[in-house]
Amino acid sequence: MRRESGGRIDRSRVLRFTFDGRELTGHPGDTLASALLACGVRIVGRSVDLGRPRGIFTAGVEEPNALVRVGDEPMVAATAVELREGMRAWSLRGKGRLDPAAAAGDARHDKAYLHCDVLVVGGGPAGLAAALAAGETGARVVLLDGGPEFGGDLLSCRTLLDGAPAEEWISSVTARLAAFPEVRLLPRTTAIGYHDHNYVVAVEERDANRAAGDEGGQGGGGGGGTLGGRRLWHFRAGQIVLATGAHERSVAFPGNDRPGVMLASAARTYVNRYGVLPGRRAVVFTCTDSGHEAARDLAAAGVEIAEIVDPRRDGAVVTGTLADGEGILTGVVIGGREVACDLLAVSGGWNPAVHLFSQSRGRLRFDDALQAFVPEVSAQAERSAGACRGEYGAAAAVADGFAAGARAAEAAGLPARWQDGTTGPGGNGGGDPLRVPECDEPAQRSPAALWAVPAGDDGDRESFVDLQRDVTVADLGRAAGTGMRSVEHVKRYTTAGTGADQGKTSGAVTVGVVAGLLGASPGQVGTTTFRPPYTPVAFGVLAGRDRGRLSDPVRITAMHDRHVARGAFFENVGQWKRARHYPADGESMERAVERERRAARTGVAAMDASTLGKIEVRGRDAGEFLDRIYTNVFSSLPVGSCRYGLMCGADGMVLDDGVTTRLAGDRYLMTTTTGNAATVLDWLEEWHQTEWPHLEVSFTSVTDHWAVVAVVGPGARPVAETLVPGVDFDDFPFMTYRESAPARVFRISFSGELAYEINVPWWYGAALWEAALELGAVPYGTETMHVLRAEKGFAIVGQETDGTVTPQDLGMSWIVSGRKPDFVGKRSHSRPDTAGPGRKRLVGLVPARLPEAGVPATPDEPPGSGTPGAPEAAGEPGESGAAGDGEGTPTEGVLTEGVLTEGVLTEGVLTEGAQIVAAPGDRRMLGHLTSAYPGVALAMVRDAEAGDRLVAFDGREIPVTVVDPVFHDPGNTRRDGIPDAVRPLPAAADPEVTQWWRPERAVSPLAGFAERFAAAGTAGVTIREIPFLRMREVRGEAPKEGLRLGPGWWLTVEDPQTGAGAPAVDDGVDVSAQRAVVELAGPRVRDVLMTGCPIDLHPAVFEVGAHTQTLLARAQIVLHRAGPDVYRVLVRSSFAGYLAEWLLDALEGL
Amino acid sequence: MQLIECPWCGPRDEIEFRYGGQAGIAYPGDPAAASDEEWAEYVFMRDNPRGWFHERWFHVHGCRTWFSIRRHTVTHEIERTPGSPGARDAGDPR
Ligand SMILES: [Zn+2]
Repeated sequence: MRRESGGRIDRSRVLRFTFDGRELTGHPGDTLASALLACGVRIVGRSVDLGRPRGIFTAGVEEPNALVRVGDEPMVAATAVELREGMRAWSLRGKGRLDPAAAAGDARHDKAYLHCDVLVVGGGPAGLAAALAAGETGARVVLLDGGPEFGGDLLSCRTLLDGAPAEEWISSVTARLAAFPEVRLLPRTTAIGYHDHNYVVAVEERDANRAAGDEGGQGGGGGGGTLGGRRLWHFRAGQIVLATGAHERSVAFPGNDRPGVMLASAARTYVNRYGVLPGRRAVVFTCTDSGHEAARDLAAAGVEIAEIVDPRRDGAVVTGTLADGEGILTGVVIGGREVACDLLAVSGGWNPAVHLFSQSRGRLRFDDALQAFVPEVSAQAERSAGACRGEYGAAAAVADGFAAGARAAEAAGLPARWQDGTTGPGGNGGGDPLRVPECDEPAQRSPAALWAVPAGDDGDRESFVDLQRDVTVADLGRAAGTGMRSVEHVKRYTTAGTGADQGKTSGAVTVGVVAGLLGASPGQVGTTTFRPPYTPVAFGVLAGRDRGRLSDPVRITAMHDRHVARGAFFENVGQWKRARHYPADGESMERAVERERRAARTGVAAMDASTLGKIEVRGRDAGEFLDRIYTNVFSSLPVGSCRYGLMCGADGMVLDDGVTTRLAGDRYLMTTTTGNAATVLDWLEEWHQTEWPHLEVSFTSVTDHWAVVAVVGPGARPVAETLVPGVDFDDFPFMTYRESAPARVFRISFSGELAYEINVPWWYGAALWEAALELGAVPYGTETMHVLRAEKGFAIVGQETDGTVTPQDLGMSWIVSGRKPDFVGKRSHSRPDTAGPGRKRLVGLVPARLPEAGVPATPDEPPGSGTPGAPEAAGEPGESGAAGDGEGTPTEGVLTEGVLTEGVLTEGVLTEGAQIVAAPGDRRMLGHLTSAYPGVALAMVRDAEAGDRLVAFDGREIPVTVVDPVFHDPGNTRRDGIPDAVRPLPAAADPEVTQWWRPERAVSPLAGFAERFAAAGTAGVTIREIPFLRMREVRGEAPKEGLRLGPGWWLTVEDPQTGAGAPAVDDGVDVSAQRAVVELAGPRVRDVLMTGCPIDLHPAVFEVGAHTQTLLARAQIVLHRAGPDVYRVLVRSSFAGYLAEWLLDALEGL
Repeated sequence: MQLIECPWCGPRDEIEFRYGGQAGIAYPGDPAAASDEEWAEYVFMRDNPRGWFHERWFHVHGCRTWFSIRRHTVTHEIERTPGSPGARDAGDPR
């Protein structure tokens, strides 16, 4: 029930809430638990295993009983939840449950990164003092506290400081702290993890703090009964002061879990802080002096104190409890004597909250005087202050905090001002701000060393150690009885300490009881390991804004919107979205692919090949370097020619492949597979920097600068000629390249057909794509690309290979130079296990017969009339009459028309991943099927020769015949095109569309965001793209204009206003379209950036003009502070859309 | 989240880096002359101490510099190794 007066609650306002459907009320300043107590709610849940009724036990995050569902949060401690208007809460029976079907909460969580000199965790007397002492030095200080108000235990007691209520001291200190520009105060913020190198993660109730700020008073926030949005802070601190206080612990005695049994400190908190009487007639069972203070405060509030039981006086203990029919406390038993009461306040002692200290790997010791584990040796740049190291009492805590804060600031490199008689920078000359106030608290004597009241076997079964896990003294006895000596084993065996509270109230009792059972001291037994998080954290908070479309970067090409407009289906290749096929009028993928394939084989088709990795390799020794990296020779490649190359790891296994072109004597353009682009760039730089630094060569990624359209098919030439009129196509042999600015054209082919890969800067990619299609090219996607290459027997790195495949295994010994003295991987090719027999090699497979659909071939059936050694029959489906009838009829060699399940042809054709065995019924794997398309299958198989009959096992046993992997045009007769296939260009082709190079056709990566950027701007932050800036990456040690990206590495950027500083065109590599430029301006830009950028953005650290490469959200960026409040973010064009969405989302959450 | 000191960029969060394994494993001068055993030693075998370890890191999301540090594999304490391979430009201030 509520007291008449008193407490830090606002009685002028009433908050309505429900608990288990009952409509109840409380006041601002209440926790859910205090409001429930005020409303007379005694039972707040049932225990997890035994189903025993349980009541509110604590007044903080250590609560083991009052775990409730609040709104859409399935399990939170009612003692740590601020009451809000409209809150809906329910008790739990047993465990909290995540309901996958429940609607996602609408709370908006985010993250933030902050660096500081001194981080103070805990805002009680010690933490406030530490923050003040550190703040006085001008240090960058962050002070966190989980509660809505600073003050810690001072808010729960009636201690006088300098003769006045403690809140006056708290107010003066917090006001002083708030005046320091470099001090940040974060109430409602709980540190949950202390990680390597002084990295602390904390959860802030951000919506509640913002609401409190808006109202200028106590927090509401998170309307609609939810807990509201939270922020996951990531602090990197030079020094840390832990002022995390202490948790009171209970004693194990029979019936110590009844509703009505409560920690003495909690009872004291409820009467003093919340103005609530947790009972009318109390027995206090205390091993500590603080229990007596609680009794005095209860009495002062009008609670009748029936008896104080202190084992230090004559060994008196509570030996049992009495309860009514509901199980609620009605009295206690003291050595056979019954005393009626409705509240039993228990104090077994205090456990310093060493959780974060222990997470930091600090070492604990057991203090016999305190009967508690306390910090002994720090492992990181950290110091504990106040009750968390056993310095109890307000005055002692303040003194300890001042010392810790001053020393922390000094260790962080700031001049100490502690005890030197001067005031700090925020001083007002009104005396020493770091004076320890006079305190009226009595000195504390040592607690009784009592962990469990001896109760016999029956009593032990009702003497609870861990209330949340229903672990009793009897359970611990059973664990010890099995021979367990380690408290870690006991924990896992009994589950003591594994609840949501992680044993905050039970851990020390467990240790004490186990020590007693083993005849050891608690210090010898030790504690279990403390692990993050200190308090439970919702998954949604950990995810922050990385949800839904922002959960992972989506990389798109310049043509992406065009693919979407055409109804393309996409597949994920790494982070890229690639158009997989372009179904027309509801076509199945199978039919679309057959139509696209036919266009590429018989007419002209176009593919967006922009995602291939592109690296410009430049320098005097570029050829020499490539000779060392590739298995074949590139130093002899004529300028203007292209060559396919394969690179291996040092283990000789295929790492990547691609075509590399010699642009000039000292310049090559390397292409990589889409998925390996970053890996290959890393690989090149690793070898250059760590092994061959003497080679003069540099590497510049131009993947995003160039958009690529492959124009493919026997009739491709007229289309390509129209697209790039500046090139002489009469003099354009296979495997060469031509340049006609701004386009580069490469005559290379991944399909076996005549093909031109046209590269243009990103800005023109969409226009080029539209132009190709306007000229009659049929768009095709990656699925058709795979079919076309598989028909040619071209292996795909990552599909045919898996890191255990050598070039020789792929049948590509021809590409492995025997003349070069060495290349990476060469020596491994002669190791016994790579050179020996029995290795899996790339082969083609065709079904040996046509079984009836759905009927597995039986081992006894002889193979049918297959086509051994006749790949042409199966390999020319594009030319067969069957495929030419426009219906996509399955071609010869295909079992039946395939059926699509989740995009994979799963029935009727061979299955990727199928195991290859020698004969039906055989279970010895010879290899597996790596690629399967209608009529075409590739496999890695050992000991197989063309003509062998084998079995592909995918649940069915399908006889197959081994064939040469080149199914299509083994004589390479088609790569120069087929004159008969050339069709006249569409007469209606619109020159407005086909002339993609017109300046007005250029589109910057974020052009589509212009309106949303404009709309999102506020007085705090504006956002815009600065499009079409000319940029070049330049290498060399000589000082250059522009942004320094790394050692000898420059990015020259033209000035967006004046065009000044435009890079010279013969200098370095043109990367103008490689990155998009986003400019954020305004006084709150840092508040946006800090939600995704881990570096120290303090304006005195990241000064005007500073620039660096780092991360923003999940994208790599160049960050440039162009003015005091102007920041430019340069992000790769393919990531620009993701980052723009992320930034808009961040602006929304400001 | 470890804090790793890039010789070029200064201390940065671990997520900006790629781990490069044991440092000081030089590419053999004449691979052809290496025995199968010696070659396998170079390709496959690395130390895995409980304690101080000389290892390489690559500032992949920053300045793209390879460098090496000494780091304690239990405490994660880091000690810079001056003049380590890949740290050639460490003296070049920003
Ligand atoms: Zn760096």
